[in-house]
Amino acid sequence: MLLAEFGLPLWPVQASEFAVQSDQLFIYILAVTSASGIAVYGALAYFCFRYANKGDGRRTPRILGSHKLELVWSVIPLMFFLSFFAWSVVLFADATRPPEGAREIFVVGKQWMWKMQHNDGVREINELHLKIGEPVKLTLTSEDVIHDFGVPAFRHKIDVMPGRYVSTWYKPTKAGIYHIFCDQYCGQGHSQMVGRVHVLTESEYADWSEGHKTDAPGTPGDRPTDGTPAWRGQALFLKLQCITCHNNVYDTAAANTSNRAPNLEGLFGSVVPIQGGKTVVADQGYIHESIRYPMAKVHDGWKPIMPAFPKSQVTDDELADVTAYIHYLRLGKLPKRTDGTAAPVGAPVGTAKSLGDSSPIINPTPAPAPAPAPATPPTTTPKGDK
Amino acid sequence: MELDYTPQTAPPVRDVDGPPAVHYLNNDYGWLSWLLTVDHKRIGILYLVSVSIFFLFGGLAAGLVRINLLQPTGAILELDQYNKAFTAHGTIMLFLFLIPVVPGVLGNFFVPMMIGAKDMAFPKLNLASWYVYIFGAAFFVAVLLIGGLDTGWTFYPPYSSKYSHMNVLLAGLGVFITGFSSILTGLNIIATIHKMRAPGMTWGRMPLFVWAMYATSVIQILGTPVLAVTIVLLAVERLFGVGIFDPSLGGDPLLFQHLFWYYSHPAVYIMILPGMGVINEVITCFSRKNIFGYKAVAWSTIGIAVVGFLVWGHHMFLSGQGVYLGMVFSIITMLVAVPSAIKVFNWTATLYQGSISFQAPMLFVLGFIVLFTIGGLTGLFLGVMGTDIHLHDTYFIVAHFHFTMVGGMMFAWQAGLHFWWPKMTGRMYSDFWSRLAAVTMLVGFTLTFLPQFVAGYHGMPRRYPYYPPEFQMLNILSTAGASIQGIGYAMPLFYLTASLFFGRRAGANPWRATGLEWQTPSPPTMHNFEELPIVTHGPYEYSMPSRYALETGPETVHENGHTGKEGAKSGH
Repeated sequence: MLLAEFGLPLWPVQASEFAVQSDQLFIYILAVTSASGIAVYGALAYFCFRYANKGDGRRTPRILGSHKLELVWSVIPLMFFLSFFAWSVVLFADATRPPEGAREIFVVGKQWMWKMQHNDGVREINELHLKIGEPVKLTLTSEDVIHDFGVPAFRHKIDVMPGRYVSTWYKPTKAGIYHIFCDQYCGQGHSQMVGRVHVLTESEYADWSEGHKTDAPGTPGDRPTDGTPAWRGQALFLKLQCITCHNNVYDTAAANTSNRAPNLEGLFGSVVPIQGGKTVVADQGYIHESIRYPMAKVHDGWKPIMPAFPKSQVTDDELADVTAYIHYLRLGKLPKRTDGTAAPVGAPVGTAKSLGDSSPIINPTPAPAPAPAPATPPTTTPKGDK
Repeated sequence: MELDYTPQTAPPVRDVDGPPAVHYLNNDYGWLSWLLTVDHKRIGILYLVSVSIFFLFGGLAAGLVRINLLQPTGAILELDQYNKAFTAHGTIMLFLFLIPVVPGVLGNFFVPMMIGAKDMAFPKLNLASWYVYIFGAAFFVAVLLIGGLDTGWTFYPPYSSKYSHMNVLLAGLGVFITGFSSILTGLNIIATIHKMRAPGMTWGRMPLFVWAMYATSVIQILGTPVLAVTIVLLAVERLFGVGIFDPSLGGDPLLFQHLFWYYSHPAVYIMILPGMGVINEVITCFSRKNIFGYKAVAWSTIGIAVVGFLVWGHHMFLSGQGVYLGMVFSIITMLVAVPSAIKVFNWTATLYQGSISFQAPMLFVLGFIVLFTIGGLTGLFLGVMGTDIHLHDTYFIVAHFHFTMVGGMMFAWQAGLHFWWPKMTGRMYSDFWSRLAAVTMLVGFTLTFLPQFVAGYHGMPRRYPYYPPEFQMLNILSTAGASIQGIGYAMPLFYLTASLFFGRRAGANPWRATGLEWQTPSPPTMHNFEELPIVTHGPYEYSMPSRYALETGPETVHENGHTGKEGAKSGH
């Protein structure tokens, strides 16, 4: 209760299989050591009161020791210590040996960030998205000095060495957002080499793996996750100049207004009226068709001016990526190519009205705080995960 | 027929005789008489002054660290400044305070006296070791003045060899040089114990403090050269680009960790064993008992020293060393925990049926046992591999080693200082203020470091100037405790200094202790013993009748302190 008021739970959250096992051993050692500590303190306190010098000049007995007692209090602790050891070896072997078939994730540490790469090409920085219940194997290395990849909620940690690969594994069991800390001192930015593990439910994970970030969707700078098909699709979307017409700018005075083609945000899966009075569901087939043969089904109310993109221009793979991006856009995330485009991170904020304005548009944060979200509150109710 | 168990055959010095007209403090004056002295007692005082100054520096650095942690984004320091502050705290406290403090001050001063010798075996070497220490310390001071060091006290490459700035070499040179001071002191103490014992002072009759100093010296001689070699290799890599530790040059960073901890783990025993030795002396005296299991305590000291060389890898479970290697280190760590447990149990059993009085030295000893028990038991969580995965490099381990190093060694050092202060200076300090200081330190210490166990288990990493805001309250508690500790550590400076001018005369043996060092006047004369003492029995015969053992205070000496027989009777 006391800790809760400090912003910490009474017991740190257990978000992986290993966390539970590790805590069991911890509690066992805690129980044994507490009992022995209390026994020592009890004896100490009792002797101090019972045998306090009362100034009566009492002669103390000449006790030189007792081999029996010494044997007892050597052997009993040793037995307990060995039990700690035996249990912990099993645990350690379990914690460091990834199971067969675990999905692989590569992690590179450098001063002062973590770069993660999933085996399907998805890349992240200081963020790691995992699916609940799915074991993952992490293979880690460092570009410069020794780092340490630690996730307290998983009770897990491993030193990340330059010049060699180390591996470890997790099986997350509880959805939520948890700290990643660099635990091995690595220089000036050591305490900012932090990140977050997002443990996602099945559906959230499917959503994320297709490109959607789970935190702050639609905010400035938001884009598909690096390495996903949607991320490649977005690049094509810009390169093939799709965005010149398919954008969300309706101001006719703007340089590239969107009065030539429909905005694709929220298109996927919707019912589209086409010329001729029919409707069609905007599924994968419809989008493929509309890119390859734009005149086949033209959206009602728009001129049939879209050029066709044959295979010579857009390969099947690229077509799939563009489609993935359009799928991704169903939640509305088209990048804007106007003056309203989000300023790059760190750019000066030029929109403050006056110096005396007490509520600036963007609240300045005190110093470059890492301030990751608290490890504790899981995004979903824990009960449903079991 | 009552025997006189005062452990010497030469006529004992009595309190009524007052301080000697000429003693080691007043036989000569002027700063040259101090800087060129070869008297082990004066060299002890030189060490006392210098380690106290460095403790002040180290403590100030700790204060900066704690104040900065008041806020999650750093209250007063930049990132870089914080890194320099905790590095300064660690290096100064370890290399310039904890390692030399008890061997340098109490070892130098009391090992010869406790074995009935007139001086160390090599008095000039003894002075040389102090100069080497000061010379090495000068490099640390220089590093502080020209911009600090930011590698942490562990100097892990490739950060230290490639990414940190050039002060690493200067600090490394400081470590290298102070290491030789440590080796020379150890050599001297071993030679002294082997060759200078008084007649009858057999190995089985040596005070346990002397045993502890012997074990410490062996570690210093065997371990410190490895550290020196490691520092040289680091310097070679930095200066000439030879790939030893840096993998981009073909080296192996793990090699450094092995070499470093091969010294630095035994070094924690260099820091704690002398403290444990002090505890034996004080706890027997203030409970008027023989030590419970002399042999067990003596051999557990040696056992810790020997086995302590075989556990260094438990600092590296997660560093990438093999699992099987880790298992070997882990099980040996479990074994080395046993002698420490034996010591705690034996100290507690020593109190049984004693006649315990609670002056400041005893309060420090009780504080030591309370805190060292926590420090030792929490070490088990870190020594087994399964839980170490989570606790490695968190505040849990910070709390653990402060409980052993500060709660252990610092309290033992205070106990020793307060126990022998009357012998060193001939003056008694304030009973009230010294007890208050002991309690203040205990309260402040506990408040500082108990919350860190909690923070560590919640995952807060060590060496973080910025931290997630949910840890703030624990850090505020910790800083509050550190402020109380700071007051506690400042108090002895005042009342001990005051005692030099206003303290009452201590007499030869204010604690009625049985050790040989108490059978000389306070302060001791130039050559410690006017006549060669002849030892007839063990060191802690408090329950036997003697001139001193049964008397309860200095005032009784006037009436019936002349012969052992009367003294014994007065006790009944």
